[in-house]
This record gives sequence, structure tokens and C-alpha cells, in this order.
Amino acid sequence: MGAGNPQLNKHGELNHLLTIEGLPRDVLIRILDTAAPFSEVAEREVKKIPLLRGKSVFNLFFENSTRTRTTFEIAAKRLSADVINLNINTSSANKGETLLDTADNLAAMHADMFVVRHASSGAPYLIAQHMGATGRDHIHVVNAGDGRHAHPTQGLLDMYTIRHYKKDFSQLTVAIVGDVLHSRVARSQIHALTTLGVPEVRVIAPRTLLPTGIERLGVRVFNDMREGLRGVDVVMMLRLQNERMQGALLPSTQEYFKSWGLTPEKLALAKPDAIVMHPGPMNRGVEIDSAVADGGQAVILPQVTFGIAVRMAVMAMLAGNS
Amino acid sequence: MKIHIKNGRLIDPASKTDKPLDVFVAAGRIVGVGDTPAGFEPNSVLDATGCIVCPGLVDLAARLREPGFEYRATLESEMAAAAAGGVTSLACPPDTDPVLDEPGLVEMLTHRARLPDFAHVHPVGALTVQLEGKALTEMAELAEAGCVAFGQANRAIVDTQVLLRAMMYAATFDFPVWLQAQDPFLARKGVAHDGEVAARLGLVGIPVAAETIALATILHLANETGARVHVTRISSAAGVDMIAAARAAGIEVTCDVAIHHLHLCEMDVGFFDAHARLDPPLRSQRDRDALRTALASGAINALCSDHTPVDDDGKQMPFDEAEVGATGRELLLPLTLKWAQEMKLPLVTALARVTSDPARILGVKAGRLVPGAAGDICVFDPVAEFKVSRENLKSQGKNTPFLGLEFPGRVRYTLIDGHLAFDGTLS
Repeated sequence: MGAGNPQLNKHGELNHLLTIEGLPRDVLIRILDTAAPFSEVAEREVKKIPLLRGKSVFNLFFENSTRTRTTFEIAAKRLSADVINLNINTSSANKGETLLDTADNLAAMHADMFVVRHASSGAPYLIAQHMGATGRDHIHVVNAGDGRHAHPTQGLLDMYTIRHYKKDFSQLTVAIVGDVLHSRVARSQIHALTTLGVPEVRVIAPRTLLPTGIERLGVRVFNDMREGLRGVDVVMMLRLQNERMQGALLPSTQEYFKSWGLTPEKLALAKPDAIVMHPGPMNRGVEIDSAVADGGQAVILPQVTFGIAVRMAVMAMLAGNS
Repeated sequence: MKIHIKNGRLIDPASKTDKPLDVFVAAGRIVGVGDTPAGFEPNSVLDATGCIVCPGLVDLAARLREPGFEYRATLESEMAAAAAGGVTSLACPPDTDPVLDEPGLVEMLTHRARLPDFAHVHPVGALTVQLEGKALTEMAELAEAGCVAFGQANRAIVDTQVLLRAMMYAATFDFPVWLQAQDPFLARKGVAHDGEVAARLGLVGIPVAAETIALATILHLANETGARVHVTRISSAAGVDMIAAARAAGIEVTCDVAIHHLHLCEMDVGFFDAHARLDPPLRSQRDRDALRTALASGAINALCSDHTPVDDDGKQMPFDEAEVGATGRELLLPLTLKWAQEMKLPLVTALARVTSDPARILGVKAGRLVPGAAGDICVFDPVAEFKVSRENLKSQGKNTPFLGLEFPGRVRYTLIDGHLAFDGTLS
């Protein structure tokens, strides 16, 4: 039986970042505002500020990821934190150590922050709740992607990118295209966009890649990509993993590309100044045509750069709310 | 031992009795109701002032975890929980380790369970060897050893030809077949109801069609074979409708629902609360409301605890990795009363669903409070609150989504075969 929002402390400040769902608009805005000056740190000769000096950040990755782990690592290092990377994969499971045993052991090494990536939805909640229940609320948990549930820093960096190019959320039409069913990124994007007041959020996908009841999250569902892209300001592509071709979700990458791959011809249906985003890594020729990925409307590489600033902002804010 | 239970309000659903009547017990049986039988000299008088005196509860699904899972629960802990919960008869599913597919195992279990403070144990034997859904068990032998029915616990028989033959063979002896309706393909990797909450939390969903498709198969084969089918743990409104339609078409079928599905819905998963990881999954509010109404009308025949003790380690895991099930035996009575109160049902109707009705499904002489019946009696205070806490639960399993809540209905005395198995005035 659910308690209050487990990521806020008793003053309503962010103590963990587990999901964007349920976070007040002003908290999201504050994160984006905090990120802005951090993006300049990278322009300096010495790319470091001492906000997290003496703090230990543990990158706890139970699932493979190079890109996300690296950006978290860079973000923490630019804040002068000590970063310890743990790629746990299945090795601890083989030794019979539970998730919470692992967390307890690292907490005993005086961790200040856990950045957690896990294949199970909700795993970072479990760690955060356990820390709270054992009087260690000062250890912050950042969700770096859990199962199909959430990838809040990705959602936030996407919002940062949109704000950078479009300034105002309140006039936009945004389309999210692709494998929404398996995507933690899509869920975080949807919550962020609706919270920030985007009037129309569309999802475009075949029915096999849409979760039941997705429209209840406040989105308009389109199966036809051409129809869904008409007049949009922002196109957010999702990654389609190759294993989706097994298990009767889709017949082939060719057919997928034909119907839901972003080509210059389909992109032409969006507004002329529409931007194209992708969380990476891209599958060229599957969900996106190289001509679009490398074209003038793509903001995919700036997303990566902004991602570091946004992750710095999140870590700095959490550490400041201790 | 002669016991006089005095000043109580007697409710016997089987005879539709609800009035202030004393009860007299001697030599393990009820010897009188109302007036003192001639020459009755009690050794002990139990004061039931302010209490309801009803037949001991009959729980159609209560895992004992023996043999094989003693780290989760033992016969002693779970029988203490039964007595404390007013449960005097229970059916245990065959998903132990080893599974209850051999007569020797069943005999060992029933022998171990034959102690004065212990509720009557009625094992449900495995319908197929190892519950694998491939080969039939020796049902006649298992029945001789004490099995009252045959089932698969939560495991489906994938091969419909095996299911057909298992039902035919059971029907040969008129053995009841207990089946959970869940299509294993549609339920594959699923951990929650395929609805809004699963979509939001990114959990793999189990659609209602998993229940209705399996149910359609079961009902068709029941019609074909004439087997006496009992459908366990129904979870959806559509499932309830199908059972009603099958009955109207003359198919003999009964069904039960678990306390969790009667009171909770998908929203209670909250922020990945592993205590709400149940099988079948908690469904929508609309489904829950349909289950509540169907149980009231008798379209669902019985309410059970689906008692599944899980140790803390099994629940301290991410939702999709956590073990399935909740402890519930001590909650059966309080949650029956809560449902009755909310549905404005007379107690005599509500209590039927946990006494005489499940006894009829089990095919055992229990759940009645009349002279000549076994001295299985539950005396409870319908007003006193029962707080669901780790300390109060006698079961070794403390895993329940109701932890921390209080419900009216506290057991004062439990008698099993005329023997005082639980005395709530002592604690």
C-alpha cells in the first residue's frame, strides 16, 4: 500500500531521482536551470568544479551500458567526486549475493551516491527504500535506467535539449516514435513532457510495441507514422533492439523501417524547423535513415553534451539536499 | 472434555441460524445447541459474551510449505496461524518439494498433521507427475492416502490432450479437479495485470485474456468429460461471467477467490510493492468490484486465504524477481468481515463463503454447527480490531500487502475436534 513519493525528503526536496512521474514542475525546471551553467564547465580549460569533492559516487551497473555509465562518470568527475564503476552484470547473482547485500556492502564503504542501472523495473526504488528503512537516507540513489520503467536523466536531458532549441514548452507538439513498450526512455519523456505543459504528446508505433493503456498517460496514439508526424515540432526517436524481431513482435527490420523508420520524406511532414532527437545508440537503417541522423535537423550529438550538464545538475542538487 | 460455550451469538450458515444460543461440546463433537443437554457437566466454560460462535473456517488454499520449504514455514508455525485465525480445516496445494504426487508423501504429511492443536489437513494431490503436465499421477492411490481432490497449484497443463485425459481419468472416480485458469503463453514473464499500472511502471503485463482463454478450455473439457471442476483463484470480471454462463448451460463447476483479489487491485502495487506480487495478478478496480459482487451472490462459491508464506529474502527483491504470494491465513476472517460490512451482507451469508460452502467443495463433513457435527468451532469478537503486524502474525510468513492495517474481527477461541486449540484471552 503505497506511501508518499519516495524520492522526496520531508521538506519536499529531491533526495533520490527515481522517476520523473510525480515530480512537481518546478523541480524539473530547477534541474534544467541548474544544468545551464554546468554546460559551460566543459568549455573551460580546467573542466572541474569542486561541488562533490570528497564524495564517493558508485556507478552500480547491473546491465551493460557504456554510454550512460560514461556520461555519469564524466559528470561526477567534473564535479570532483571520486567515481567507482561496478559492472555487476550477473556475476553477483551467480555468487548468490542479493541486490540489497551488494548495496549494503557498498554503503559500508561510505558511498554517498549510487547511480543504478538494472534490468528489473523498480530496482532503484528497492535500494532507496532500503537505505531509508535502515537510516541511511543521506545516500542518494539516481536511477540510470530500470527495466522498462524509467530513465529520468535521459528524460531530463531531452527536455533540456528541447528547451534549448524551442524555448517554450507550452506551444509544442511532440512525437515519440518506436518501441514504447520496452522503453524506459519513452515513459520518462512522456511524464516530463506532460509535466512541463506540452499540449500535445503523440506516440507512434505498431500496436505490438505499445503498452496497454498508454493513452492514460496523456498521449495521443498513432499507428501511422505519416499521420503522426504531421505538423510536429519535435521528433523523438526510440531505439529498436534487434531482438524485437524475435518473439512475434515485428516481422523484419526492413518492414519496420518502411513503416516507422524516419526518412527525409517522412520528416518533411513535420514542421520545417522540427528537431530530431535520439537517445542512442542508433540503428541506422532500422529506426532512422542516415540522411536524417546526419542531417541539419538532428540534435542527437548536442543531446549527449547536454546530458553531462543535466547529470551534473542532478548530482549537485541531490548532494546539496543532504 | 466437555465444554460449554455460553452467551454467544450462534451463526450457522448451513442451517441459516443466527441467534443467541449456547453450544455444548463433548467427546470431540457438538452434543447440543441452545438448551443444556440432560446431565451435561462441563469441565470448562468458555465465555462468548459479545462474540459470534460459528463453525471453524474452511480454507481452500493454504500452503503449509512442508515438505521442502521449511525455511519459509513449518507445519507448527502454520498450524498455529490456522488456529489463531479460526481455521479448522484446510486444503493444501500440491506444490511442495517434492510435490504431492506419491501416496507416501501424502501419508507422511497427513500423519505429521494429526495433532490435537492442528487443523484438519486435506491435501490436494498432484494431477500430473511433478506437476509437469505430462503423465497422470496414481489418483486412486493418492485418494486412499487422503487426497480430496487433484490439481496443479499454479502450474498450467500446457498440452490440452493431457488436460483432457487427466479430467477424464479423474471423472472415472468422480474425483474433483482443481485448476487455476491462466494461459501460460499469455502469462509468460508477466508479473502484473496488463493495464494502466503495468504500463506506467514498465512491468510485463498478464492480460485478462490469459484467464478467459484458459477458462474456456477448462469449461469446454469439463463439459466434454463431466469432470467435477473447481476453478481456483478467479481474478477477473470476464472470468466470473464465463463461469456463470457455463453453469447456466448445465456444466457443474465451482470457483473460489482469494482475499487479496477481493480487497486489492492493480493500484496497490504502488511503488513496486513486492507484497502485491501475486498469482494471478491483482487486476483492475472494475474486476475487483465484480469479484466482490459475485462472491456475495454465490456465483463465486468460496473465499480462501491463498496463504503463501514467503521469507523476507524472497520479497526483498525487485518486483519482477520477487517471489509470488502473500501470507493470509490469519486474515481470512477479518477480511471476510470487512467485505461483508462493505457489501452490507448479513453475516450468515458472508460466513457461508468461508465455512459451509468451501466444506461442500472439499466434500468433507465440516462447516456446520449442529448436534452431531465435529467440534470445530470459531468464537470471535466481531468488533475488536486485529492489527496486521509482524509480531501479531503467527505464520512464519510476514509477507502481506495488508501489513500495518487494522481490521475488525479477532478470534477469541478456536476448537478443533472439541479441543481448545487457541485461546485468545491468554495473549
